[in-house]
Amino acid sequence: MSEPGTAAEADPPSYPTAQAPDRQRDVDATGLRIRVYEWGDPEAPPILFAHGGFDFARTYDVFAPLVAGAGFRVVSWDQRGHGASEHAALYNWDADARDALAVLDTIGRAPIPFLGHSKGGSVLMHLADACPHRVSKLVNIDGLPSRQRHPDVSEHERSKLLASELAGWLDHRRRAAGKQRRAADSLDVLARRRGQMNPRLSFEWLRYLAGIGARRDADGWRWKLDPTLRFGGFGPWRPEWALQRLPALAVPMLGFLASVTEPMGWDTTEEILAPYRPAHAEFLTFPDTGHFLHIERPHEVASRVLEFLAS
Amino acid sequence: MNASAPTIWLRHSKVTLALHPLRAERRAGARPLLLLHGRGEATAARVPEFTEPWPGAVLGLDFTGHGASTIPRGGGYTAEQLMADADVALAHLGPATVLGRGLGAYVALLLSGARPTLVRGAILCDGPGLAGGGPRPTTPSIPWPAERDDGLAPDPFALVDLARDVRPPDYATSFTRQASQLSGLERPVSVCSFERPDWLAAVCEEPGVAITRIRDALEEYARSA
Repeated sequence: MSEPGTAAEADPPSYPTAQAPDRQRDVDATGLRIRVYEWGDPEAPPILFAHGGFDFARTYDVFAPLVAGAGFRVVSWDQRGHGASEHAALYNWDADARDALAVLDTIGRAPIPFLGHSKGGSVLMHLADACPHRVSKLVNIDGLPSRQRHPDVSEHERSKLLASELAGWLDHRRRAAGKQRRAADSLDVLARRRGQMNPRLSFEWLRYLAGIGARRDADGWRWKLDPTLRFGGFGPWRPEWALQRLPALAVPMLGFLASVTEPMGWDTTEEILAPYRPAHAEFLTFPDTGHFLHIERPHEVASRVLEFLAS
Repeated sequence: MNASAPTIWLRHSKVTLALHPLRAERRAGARPLLLLHGRGEATAARVPEFTEPWPGAVLGLDFTGHGASTIPRGGGYTAEQLMADADVALAHLGPATVLGRGLGAYVALLLSGARPTLVRGAILCDGPGLAGGGPRPTTPSIPWPAERDDGLAPDPFALVDLARDVRPPDYATSFTRQASQLSGLERPVSVCSFERPDWLAAVCEEPGVAITRIRDALEEYARSA
């Protein structure tokens, strides 16, 4: 699985029960090169996985094999600007949805289940709204809309629209040409840095992610992530619009919610969702669990997902 | 274009933007006038007649995916990204009066709120793309260009993405208020359009917004130029 310049060359990463994808390929999504990964039997029924913002598909290296092992072909992709996919000049929801559809088109036309974490859950809900004929079931891992701002997407409520924030974003854009992410002396440093945003994930896991998600440059290690992507942001989009679309979902839905607030979390609760609950939806809140439920509790989440897929 | 002044090439992230000098300044040190085109357009080859009274240089910016600027692969356009295009032009020009047509008028308004001390008057005119995608999202869909992507401007993805960008009236007015509160100008925004989509109708109700003609707006901003 190693590519020139990746960490795998020098230091094969390992983590208990993590499995590299069985296959990988590239898809041309509206002219951009998008990296697609698969776990499991290629003839098994497919399911589409989408990762969260600032993550990459292989953050499913522990969770996806649990689903694939139960008889599924798990297909996921690095979103534009993330992981091994090409960095784009422009990013928005429509572009992410077009990329998702390009990946889905390589699987087939029949409706299949979707599973997404965080921003990935949000993108797949949008895809399900736009293309109800392509989805059979929907699993959302802490990516359900809230009245709160969405920290890991580039849009949040207009109330946050402050002059300093706008100027800060424009200053970032002015400096974006040739910008690099900060280099780290070692993968350990990179993993510890990520731990500040993912405080509940073990160093061992973050070190594994650094091993597959970073590249080595002359001056040190960097995440492959597009350096122009920026945490936070602003825009006209309002989370309540996504909430108002929730009741329209006709396919069965399983939603997982975190109970512990984290920097990357969305703080959505069953209470917020209750008035908007679709007819065939179940929401599960895991006690003492943060935003990355499938990483903190892979077996429990996988077993509920498999139950749901079998029902 | 102005044969004596070559196109200025500016870098915005992965995109190279074309800033066209259309006319030199008539008075040394006078503030420039930056023209922003509408959806699907590019900077006009000739300097518009209505700019005649302007004392400073007149320049036009081609947005990402339009005119001579880079056509990126894979779409993903937002009005906010185009605002950042125009801000890169301001970084080069310094304080400027900004006049936009259609989509460019919306971008001029956003920029007047985001860079209230650099935008010395935003003039909002009729032109393609003034309404955007309306005040709120409509039927969910995955937009795909009907036109072939043949590498020619305008980018077909720009045409679809920028016909869908949602423009809530109170989003637009929050920029207007920032311009009013932070620019120090009495009337930082001038509306000269006949078409008034919801966002623009709301802007017209805000303090600090003049409803006027292009010539009058230019004359007013020229007094301090």
